[in-house]
Amino acid sequence: MSESMKYMRQGRLPHIWCPGCGHGTVTGALTRAIARLKLDKNKTIIVSGIGCSSRAPGYLDFDTLHTAHGRAIAFATGIKVAKPELKVIVLTGDGDCTAIGGNHFIHAARRNIDITTIVMNNNIYGMTSGQYSPMTPKGFLATTAPYGNVERSFDLSKLAIAAGATYVGRATTYHVQLLTDLIEKALLNKGFSVIEAVTQCPTYLGRKNKLGSAVDMLNWFKDGAVNVKAASALPPERLAGKFLIGELHAAPEPEFTEVYGNVVSQVQRKFDQFQGGVRGCEQNSD
Amino acid sequence: MPNAKLMQGNEACTLGALAAGLEFFAGYPITPSTEIAELCAEELPKLGGKFLQMEDEIGSIAAIIGASLTGKKSMTATSGPGFSLMQECIGYSSLCEIPIVIINVQRMGPSTGMPTSPAQGDVMQARWGTHGDHPVIVLAPGNVKECFELTVRAFNLAEKYRVPVIVLMDEVIGHMREKVILPEQSSIKVVNRKAPAAPGSYVPYAADPNGGVPDMAPFGEGFRWHVTGLFHDETGFPSNKGEVADTLLRRINLKVEKNEPEIRDYAVEGVDDCDTLVVTFGCSAMSALSAVRQARKNGIKAGLLRLKTIWPFPEATFDGIMGHVKRVIVPEMNLGQLAGEVERAVARRAAVERLGKVNGELFRPEEILSVITNGAARTAEASK
Repeated sequence: MSESMKYMRQGRLPHIWCPGCGHGTVTGALTRAIARLKLDKNKTIIVSGIGCSSRAPGYLDFDTLHTAHGRAIAFATGIKVAKPELKVIVLTGDGDCTAIGGNHFIHAARRNIDITTIVMNNNIYGMTSGQYSPMTPKGFLATTAPYGNVERSFDLSKLAIAAGATYVGRATTYHVQLLTDLIEKALLNKGFSVIEAVTQCPTYLGRKNKLGSAVDMLNWFKDGAVNVKAASALPPERLAGKFLIGELHAAPEPEFTEVYGNVVSQVQRKFDQFQGGVRGCEQNSD
Repeated sequence: MPNAKLMQGNEACTLGALAAGLEFFAGYPITPSTEIAELCAEELPKLGGKFLQMEDEIGSIAAIIGASLTGKKSMTATSGPGFSLMQECIGYSSLCEIPIVIINVQRMGPSTGMPTSPAQGDVMQARWGTHGDHPVIVLAPGNVKECFELTVRAFNLAEKYRVPVIVLMDEVIGHMREKVILPEQSSIKVVNRKAPAAPGSYVPYAADPNGGVPDMAPFGEGFRWHVTGLFHDETGFPSNKGEVADTLLRRINLKVEKNEPEIRDYAVEGVDDCDTLVVTFGCSAMSALSAVRQARKNGIKAGLLRLKTIWPFPEATFDGIMGHVKRVIVPEMNLGQLAGEVERAVARRAAVERLGKVNGELFRPEEILSVITNGAARTAEASK
């Protein structure tokens, strides 16, 4: 049995994902990264929102929290601030994270709270059977874009960097080793880390857009992705229509719960040494 | 009297929360509740607690549910528009049985309404704001001291029954200042949720189907359990089976229904012999009390029933009071939300008169007194 299986609730398998879905590949990369780091099962919390990807925590042997649509990061923020000693991981999808949950995403990045967020980006709402998301490429078909998607899509990694995330990486389900390495590094970063895991949805995105089988979609990732290191040496015309993978941003900054924790201990110390008056809220009870 | 202080309701509420063991607050600024967040930001760090200003009210309630899962007593405070945003996660807290306290300092609505004016228009939203049948407890303080007492009670009930508890205040109760003598901490009864002894045999949602409350393990202590807003069986994992959903939904609702007598809380005046009964709560009850006292001085047999627990609605309370009552008057700062429930409880034993006020101004005692008096004259006329 591989090391990573020790982090699965094997009794909960098989999973609910469609044949050819990439979410299992991402979940596998996560458990391998966790195994490498030997994270304590009892001190690691996995939180998700709503959608296909958000069902992953049910298969993982930790304290796990399957929350409301878009709110995983907000729930996770409460957990991390209340008990900063816990390792907190969020598993979410492109719709869950960038549409309904977009506000929590940018504010967690702004705070640089120590949460590792893995966004399984399959460019579609899979659970509700194929509506366009903020990550669906322009022109793609979806059940709610029967004439082609006219909306522009987010570049999630750029969004995360601009909002203040201190570690950002992107990989695909074709580049599994890279994905595992990036998740490992994200877990090591003390701050808000985002891994965009590009994953295939052959059932809804693939079939509607005639992208072929799951294997065809993996080849699509293979052909479309350029490692950020290689890209720096390439002329712009060679990068047209491609997307970057690899470590896109790593710039450590003070972490939120640590900074606030210091404030709390300073206030507490000062307050405990306070000699006069009644312990309470004197200045507010005018 | 070292504990005697002049304070406003929002402040008393915060101090009550701290006395009950509040360790985590998340909120978003909104009039007329903001003082609660401000005071939490200042006081919680002194006690080693945590304050968080979130990006919106949805994030606030999500954060306090997350914090509660780690074993910390958690609270948020808001008003109408923010309370509306919180509704989905109130349902999450109900179904997943995660104790939280929500303070709603009511203001005029709907929509942005009149942010600085009092109202009592959230009676029904507090009970039925989230979708589906769900358990919830709603308490309504009628003065500043009760803001302290009922917030303590809100935490105790949340911890005991693992339900969201809403403290339904209003702009007047929240901002009014009164002299309050706070009880000594040692005299305050504080209830903590029951935790399982050790991991291993922990079945997260194992409980008597007849309204039992399961033990709750804190996250991060080795229990490794699963929490989901999907219907779930005793193990906590999702299930699509009809009988599982039926058992769970009935059990969580029974937790509150069958313990209604214990949750029930009210104050009465002059109800032993009254023929005119005034039923109300919160800020309207202050004016009503004054009106009832004046009416009695004027020789009218008036009485007051002031509800401190609104939900579950204390229907049985009426059975003991209705003896001589011919008229029931329900003054409230909405268009009859409590009155509908009162009509149900009175069950045609007396006429129920709705006295709704929605201009953002507190009832004057004379307004209520005149309804008591004129109605009494009508009744006397009719019986001639």
